[in-house]
This record gives sequence, structure tokens and C-alpha cells, in this order.
Amino acid sequence: MSAGKNLHPGINLGHSDPAGHHQAEPVMFGFWIFLMSDLVLFALLLATYSAMSVHGVAGGPEPRDVTDLASAGIETALLLLSSFTIGMASLANKYHDDGRRLLQWLGLTAVLGIGFLAMEARDFASLIAEGAVPQRSGFLSAHFTLLGCHALHVAAGLLWMAVLVLQLMATGLERALRLRFMRLALFWHMLDIVWVAILTFVFLYGAAG
Amino acid sequence: MSEELLYWLAGDLRWSDFPPKADMIATIAALIVVAGAIGVVATLTIARRWRWLFDNWLSSLDHKKIGIMYMVLAFVMLLRAVIEAVLMRIQQALSVNAQGVVSADHFAQLFSTHGTIMIFFVAMPFISGLINYVMPLQIGARDLTFPFMNAVGLWLSAAGAAILMASLVIGEFSTGGWSGYPPFTELAYSPGEGVDYWIWAVTLSSIGTTLTGINFATTIYKERCEGMHLFRMPLFCWTSLCTAILMIFAMPPLTVATALLALDRYAGFHFFTNGAGGNMMNYANLFWLFGHPEVYILILPAFGVWSEVISTFSGKRLYGYASMVFAVMCIAVLSFTVWLHHFFTMGQSTNVNAVFGIATMLIGIPTGVKVYDWLLTMYRGRIRLTAPMLFAMTFLLCFVIGGLTGIILANPPVDFQVHNSLFLVAHFHNMLIPGTLFGMIAGYMFWFPKAFGFRLDERWGRIAWACWSGGFLAAFMPLYWLGLMGMMRRTAISFEAAYQPWLNAAWAGAALIVCGIVALGIQLVVSVRRRSDLAVPVGDPWDGHSLEWWTPAPPPEYNFARRPRIEDTEAFTNAKRDGRAYHAPPSYEDIEVPRNTLIPAGIGAAGFVCAFALSWHIWWAALLGLAAMWAGVVLRSLQGDTERVIPAAEVQRQNEAWLDCARQTAPVTRFAEVERINRGRAMETT
Amino acid sequence: MSIETCTNADCSGSGHGLLSPAGLIAQIQQDHLIQTVLIVSVVIVPVFIALPLLLWRYRLARQNVYSPEWRFAWAPEFVIWGVPVVIVGFLGFSLWHTLHRIDPYRPLGTGTEPPLHVQVVGLDWKFLFIYPGEGIASVNELVVPAGRQIAFDITADGPMMSFIVPRLGGQIYAMAGMRTKLHLIADAPGSYRGLNTQYNGQNFARQKFELKAVGPDEYRQWVRSSRNGPALDMARYAALAKPSVIDRPLRFGRVEDGLFGSIVAAYHTADRQPGDRLSSAGDTHR
Repeated sequence: MSAGKNLHPGINLGHSDPAGHHQAEPVMFGFWIFLMSDLVLFALLLATYSAMSVHGVAGGPEPRDVTDLASAGIETALLLLSSFTIGMASLANKYHDDGRRLLQWLGLTAVLGIGFLAMEARDFASLIAEGAVPQRSGFLSAHFTLLGCHALHVAAGLLWMAVLVLQLMATGLERALRLRFMRLALFWHMLDIVWVAILTFVFLYGAAG
Repeated sequence: MSEELLYWLAGDLRWSDFPPKADMIATIAALIVVAGAIGVVATLTIARRWRWLFDNWLSSLDHKKIGIMYMVLAFVMLLRAVIEAVLMRIQQALSVNAQGVVSADHFAQLFSTHGTIMIFFVAMPFISGLINYVMPLQIGARDLTFPFMNAVGLWLSAAGAAILMASLVIGEFSTGGWSGYPPFTELAYSPGEGVDYWIWAVTLSSIGTTLTGINFATTIYKERCEGMHLFRMPLFCWTSLCTAILMIFAMPPLTVATALLALDRYAGFHFFTNGAGGNMMNYANLFWLFGHPEVYILILPAFGVWSEVISTFSGKRLYGYASMVFAVMCIAVLSFTVWLHHFFTMGQSTNVNAVFGIATMLIGIPTGVKVYDWLLTMYRGRIRLTAPMLFAMTFLLCFVIGGLTGIILANPPVDFQVHNSLFLVAHFHNMLIPGTLFGMIAGYMFWFPKAFGFRLDERWGRIAWACWSGGFLAAFMPLYWLGLMGMMRRTAISFEAAYQPWLNAAWAGAALIVCGIVALGIQLVVSVRRRSDLAVPVGDPWDGHSLEWWTPAPPPEYNFARRPRIEDTEAFTNAKRDGRAYHAPPSYEDIEVPRNTLIPAGIGAAGFVCAFALSWHIWWAALLGLAAMWAGVVLRSLQGDTERVIPAAEVQRQNEAWLDCARQTAPVTRFAEVERINRGRAMETT
Repeated sequence: MSIETCTNADCSGSGHGLLSPAGLIAQIQQDHLIQTVLIVSVVIVPVFIALPLLLWRYRLARQNVYSPEWRFAWAPEFVIWGVPVVIVGFLGFSLWHTLHRIDPYRPLGTGTEPPLHVQVVGLDWKFLFIYPGEGIASVNELVVPAGRQIAFDITADGPMMSFIVPRLGGQIYAMAGMRTKLHLIADAPGSYRGLNTQYNGQNFARQKFELKAVGPDEYRQWVRSSRNGPALDMARYAALAKPSVIDRPLRFGRVEDGLFGSIVAAYHTADRQPGDRLSSAGDTHR
């Protein structure tokens, strides 16, 4: 394929690093496909959740009993803000070669991500303290699984970030590393999109229903 | 040692879970596995082949070697699953108003492992292997986009297969069938390690397949050689692409289904349990949202093989290329709209059943079109009935019967009767044996000369064809009839004397299929012995059409000295016709190929440890295995120097040797295709 | 007659399954099967004729007309797409029509007599039949009046099962905590094999029963004689629900009120540990 056709969706490295941009093409494309596959997983968990939230309550807590809108609001703010900071990190990845600015934005993203996880852990702990454990009903199983799976993804993203940061400190901002940061940013944005769906279907619908 | 400490160390695993087992046949099977493993290790040690094995195969990231390893895995697992099938046929033939030879519980394990192995560890590795080998060559690529991930996919599948083998020796396997329907597979009804083995084996395969699908799709979209527009790809690449897309979208539902079942079993959740809000209907939907596209994942690559085989051995271009592509795409899309036909009998409304029934019949349209396109490809051709072509003919005849019974099953009024019966069993074997399996065997015979540089013995190929075709018909046509008589699947004993003659015929058919496998084995041995007679170093023994035939046999690890540039689907045919097929390129350049690494095999091994430990609740080992898998991934990302350069001079030396060989080889006509004088430079005779 | 001795000569009558329908539903199913086969033959028979013909006419040795580049023509294209489209259209219409005629959830439009209600509980590894109108129950023996349609309510107390009487029609799943429906009719007196088709453990193959269609007088007499049987109260039900194979059919003369409903409802209350049977918390399945 000629170089002119290599215009992958996402941050374009073409100006600063044409060869890297060329390499980015198949790699980023493959990662988009992976994200699609991961989204199917979340879609199915959401579908299972929506079935269970109606038919799986089994006399136990209902969606409105387990949704804390204030907490969800803070979580949403943290995660959306982290999407902004990782966007800034992507720009640093594109325009700066020394990696310092990239590190700063990533650090901020990590703090926001950890804050999000801490809030979610608090939510889970308070549910469990109330006796709303996942073993109690199909609905609670689905609730914990959907949110837990998302949280697991966020945690995996943070771990990935940590590995990349260690590599960055060891080798500097190499081309391969640049491409990995691009993929990490995509992954992080996807988790945001999933969260928007969760916020809508779990928290807003739950609180309204 | 206290009971508690023992649990911490060994989970639920005890000495009593090791052989000998209560059942004589199960004990023998376990011993065969152990003996087989010892035999392989001993042979490798005596022949001093360990280093060779590690350096050339286990650590390879070459798509061709990975493809071959997939095929080896598939063949080994095929042996086991066929033996199980024969045992089940014997049992059913001997158990009409009698006990038969195996216990009901053992019988249930047999049908569960048979189905699981055939789908996940025979058919899937077969197609992954074939696509791996052929597709990059056909699009003129050097490798898949992600060679490392490709190897990880292979080793995860192998780990899943190893779990199945381990279950034969240690403990017991699930009795819940290949579809693992809860609530039967929940703790309440299936305590013990069996279902857990099933869950983790299938999950490993599912994750590996998702990665493989991503890899195939990216490769087809991004690695085509210059001039290879999508609509110039050989049809096998199109079917590979559709299969890859189906893998990407259809494997996650399986992962979700098994993961939720695991949560039920391990953590006491209530997704599919009886009561507490659990609902097995969600499982049925999730599983078949995977399961139906899955059957097209299995059949589409075979359609690709048939297109190549029929067009090549008819000496013609494929008829209706665009029509074929459109039909394949239709099938791929429709495959996601019909999953409910697997449970018409679950009590949903008649309108829902009717809509899904009609959607299912719609798939019959593009499938029928394909059959006629193949017939029109043969029209005005020069047909040679070589072994792959013979398999293709059996396929065409049997496949339309399978299509008919598929339409029948799509009709809920009839499905109400034959659902869960042997009619259904006959139908899907009718699709998967002449369709997928024959396709894979034909593909194996068709591309074997390319991979190893010598043809397979034609006579034993025909014997294998006769045994497989006759065996299939004898084994499965009676099952249609038995299904209509009301004999249900998964019955270890039956009480109707009228079933007996049909069961006997089915048993004889199964025995004939075993003969077919033996014939395939003999064919391989005979061919290896006669390899110098059968050698085709030029690499084009069948007067092929697509790019994979435009390289030496076997191809160099970089596939093409210079990546081709094409102007038509049949660029190679045109080049041969114009006499410029074996001209030297103007210049050569350095080629980068991925360095070997043992990390993927390590990830597979860690995956096996994790899955095995999870099945037995050995938590420390499970955590260790999981951590090791991720450590492998991180380790890979730390490896700086993953490519090896093959200098242009070396490429030139190899390529010119091949071109010299080609130019010195006398072209062979189609009449002499299977004769000794075919050295791999076949030509059209007009 | 015990199920164990119910061999070919006793039970199967003149034929088997869908090959020998003995009720309106199964008859419609068989007709639909034959019709489908005939219609689809329009597409598949030409393949059986064309393939040998092509192999013969265009074999290499014959050196017949050869057009290696011929790859497309509109005329055959219209035929190979058009004919299947028309056929599937026709099949779809016929599917819709037949399916609505034999919707398992709706009573058949035949006869004036109201349907006989029977509640079916799938247990490991037997079927319990409750006749709410008569206040009796039986296990592995279903006696019904011939010519009168039967309206089944079906559930399971255990893993999923599937209920069918091949010569009359079916099948429909039996699932714990759920209630599925099925309507069947036996046209003539006779003895028909019924069974579970969904694997549910080691004695799955033995989970079968005999459906006896009898004349109205004989039916009334059977009901009367059944009334002498023991009562099916909760305790006896709990014992019955334990996994077992019943060799001889059982009859119960009285049934605790609302037994069927409470079996279904038991899976919806939060205090019960799921997976437990009503009967037994402790015993293992295998």
C-alpha cells in the first residue's frame, strides 16, 4: 500500500515522524479492531444487566436501591477529566520528544484513574455492608460484574500505563513507545465511552426507575 | 498433613483423581495419553531433536510454521475425538434394551469431550492453521501484521487442548455437552472439576481465537501487496476475512457466557442458576450468539478452499467471483440474526419463532448460489478428479442434503419434533464433515506440496476419500432416520428394537471413517518415503491461479524475494501465459523477519497452569499462572531487538537458485499432473 | 405395565415418531416436513443431475469445449439468485402459516369439548403429571381421553428438561421457576411414548413415560380408580423430587392445593438457596 493511503484515524505522526506514522498504520488499525471486540463484551454485559435488572431482582434490592447518584457524579467527573488529561498526553506524545510533558499529563491521568477506582471501591464496600452482595440476586450479580469488569479494565489501563512509564524512563520516547502511548490513549477513551453507557443505563435509569 | 493445609497446597486434587479409574475403558484411555506423552518425549530424546524442535518450531513466529503447528494440533485432537465417536457409536449399537459397554456418566463425558474437541480443538485449529499458512501468501504479504500475537493465539489454543487431554488422565470431564447448558452445569447439579475443565479450556480457545481473528482482519486490510485491491483477492482470502470478522464479534459472547458461568460456580453469583433471579435463558442467548456465527466461522474458510480447488482442477477462473463475495458477506451478516433457532422450543412467542425461522432460511439463498457458482465454474472446464477434487464432489452432493435438512430445521413446526434428536446431530455433522472437515482435508492435500515441497501420494488420497465419503454417508444418513423415529441425542441406552439396524449402519460408517483416517496416515508416510519422486521444487504443481503458487516449495521464510505487484486476480496465470512467470526481478533488498522467541509458548504454558489450577481450586498456582501470562506480555514489550535482517545478497542467491530451477524444469501438462514428471511447473494445455 | 418392559411390540404401535403421527399436531408437522422437502427439491435435484453430467462432459480426457476465461453471465445469475429467493419466499409464507396453526401456546381450533388440563413437572428422572380438574396425579403414566385436546402447563424442579410425545407432537422446554405451555391431541386410542429430550444427568435416557389415550368411559374409570391412591402432600412430593428412576408408574388420589404453583414460585423467593430442590438441600446429583 502506498504511503499516501496510510491515514489511520487518531493522532497523526506524519509531520514529525513519517516512518513512525507508516508503522502506526496497521498497529493502530489492529488496536481499533481489538477495541471493537472489547466493546462487544461490554455490550453483552450491559444486555445481561438490563435483563437481570428487571427479571433478576428476586425480592432483593432493586436498581434504585443500589445507585448512588452523587457518587456516580464524582466518578464521572474524575473519568471524563482523565480523558481530557490523556488527550493532552497524546498531544505531548506527538509534539515533544523529551517525554517530560507526557509524563506530567500521564501522572495526572493516573491520579484521576486511581481516584475513580477508589470511589468505586467505596461504593462496592457500602453495598456489601448493606448486605447487597452479588451472591444475593441475579440483578446484584450483574451489577457487580458489569461495574467490576469496567473497573478491572481501568486497573489494567493503569498497570499498562505504569509499565510504559517505566519503559519511557529507561529508554526515552522511542518510536515503538510512542505507538504504545497512542494505543493506551485509545483504550482509555474507550473506557470513558463505556462509562457513559454505564452511567446512563445503570445510574440514571436506575435512579429514575 | 491437615486437611486445610492440603487444600491450600493442592486444592481439591487428590491421589484418587489419578488413574486407575473406576471405568476400565477410561483407565485405558488415560494410559494411552500418558504412554503417548512418554513416547513423544522419548522419541525426541533418542533422536536428539529437542533443540531442533525448540529452535525451528516452538519458538517460531513464522506464519507458515504456526499454520503447520495448528494443523498438527488439529490432527492429533481429531484422532482422539474420532475414537470417542466410534466408542459412542458402539455403545449405542450395543445398548438397545441392554447396558452396552460404557456407563451413562462416561458416555456423557464422551459426547461432551467429542463436541468440545471437534469444534474448538479440531475445526478451529484447522481453519486457523490453513488461513495462517495460505492467506498471507495469497495476498503477497511477508507475514501477518502481528506475528507475536499469532503465536500467542496458537499456544493458547494448544493450552486449551492440553486441558482436554489432562482431563482424560486426571479427574473427570464435564457431562454437560459441548454447549454446557446451565443450570445442569451449575454447582448444584455438576459439582466437581468437569465443568470447570470445560469452562477454562473453552475460554483459552476463545481468547486465542479472538486474537487470531484481529490478526487476520488487520493483515487482510493492511498487508496486501501493491495492486491487490480487495476485489482482486482470491476467494479464500475473502472467506478468511469474513471468518476473521465473525471471530472478532462472535468470540466475545462465548467469553462472556463462560465467564459468567464461572462466576456462578466459583463465587456464588446467580446469572444462570435456578432461582435467586438467575435465568438460564440468558445463557442460551449468549452462547448461541457465539454458537451460530461459529458454524459460519467453521464453514466459510472451507468455502474458500472449495472455490480454489474447484477452479484450479477445472482449469478455469472462478465463475461469479463478485456474486460469491456478495454471498459470503450475506452469510456472514445473516449469521448474527438467527441464533434463536437453536431454541425454538423455549416458549417464546410464535411471531418471534417465525421471524427467526425465516431469517434462517434466508441464509439458504446465498449458500445455494455458491453451490451453483461452483457448478458453473466446472462448466466448460477441464476437470481432473484428483483427491482434493474428489472430496469437493462429495462435498457438493452431501452439502445440498445438509442444506435441505437445515431448511427443515429452520421450520419451527418440524423443529419442535426433531430438536434435540439425532436428526439434528445428523444435520450438523452433515455440514461439518463434508463441509468443514473435507474442506480442510482437501486444503491440506492441495497446499501440502507448497508447504513441504512434495506432493501427497494420489492413490492413498483416493482411498482416504472413498473411506471418508462412504463412512460419512453410512454413519450419518441413518441418524436422520433415527431422529425422525424419535431417537434423541445423548442417549446412552435405548429401548426401541427398531433402532437397531440403523444404529448398526451408523457404527459401521464410523468404523469406515477410522479407515479413512488410517488411509490419511498411510498417505503421509508413503509420501514422505517417496518424497524425491514427488518433489515439486518449482512450487506450482496444479497450474495454480493465485500468488501462493508463485514462490518456491517450500517458500522461504520471507515468502517473496520481492513482493509481487499485480494487475488482475489471476496475475500468476497471466504471467505464466505470457512466459514471464520466472523472470528475475530488477533488484533485491534487505528483508526483516521476526526473531524467534519462546515467550508465546511460555504464555501458553502459563495459561495451561492457570486453567488447570483453577479447575482444581489450587489458588496459588492459578495466580502464579495468570501473573506469568502477563509477565510474558510485559517481557515482550521490553524486548528491543525483535527483527532479524536477511541481507539482499542472500535473498538474491536463494531466489535465483529457484528461478534457475524453474527455468530448467520442463513444463508438465495436466494429463501428467499426478505423475512423477510433475516437478512443480504445471502448464495449461490448449 | 412397567416402563422397563415397554419394548417395541408393546409401545411403538405401528411406527415411530414423526414417521407415524397419531395426532393432529404431529400430522401437520409431518405434512409440513414433506411439503418442505418437495419444495426444496426444486433447488437440490438439479445439483444431483448436473454434477455427474458436468464431470462426464468436461473431464480432461474428453477435450470438450474449453472456456478458461468465462466467468460471468447475467442469465444464469438471475436464475441462481432468483429461484432460491422465490422458493424461500414461498417457504417463509408456509412457515408462518403452519406455525400459527400449531402454536403450542394456543388451544387447537378443534372439537367443542374444553381441553383437559394437565400440569407437568419434570423431575430427575421422571415426569409428574397433575390433573388439577380431577384432583389426582400420576408419575410416568399419562392417561388421557382420545380425541380431546390436552392443555399442558410445564415446569421443572431440577435442571432444564424438554417434554415431547413424538407421535403426538411437542416439544417444549421444562424450566425451573418458569411455566411453558403445550397443546396436544391423540386422535385415536393407543399407547404413545413420551420422553425428556434434554440431557439432565446419568439416567436421562430412562426418563420416559407412557401416554395412554383411552375412550371416555375408560378414562373416567381410570380417574375413579386413581382416587384410591395415596395423597400427594408436600412431604411425599419432597421424597418424589429426589433424583431417582421410577420403574412402575405411580398414582396419587389427592393433590395438595396449588402444588404446581408453589413448585414454580419456590424459585422466585429470595430466602431459598438457589439450586436447592424443594426436596433436598444435601443430596448430590450424580
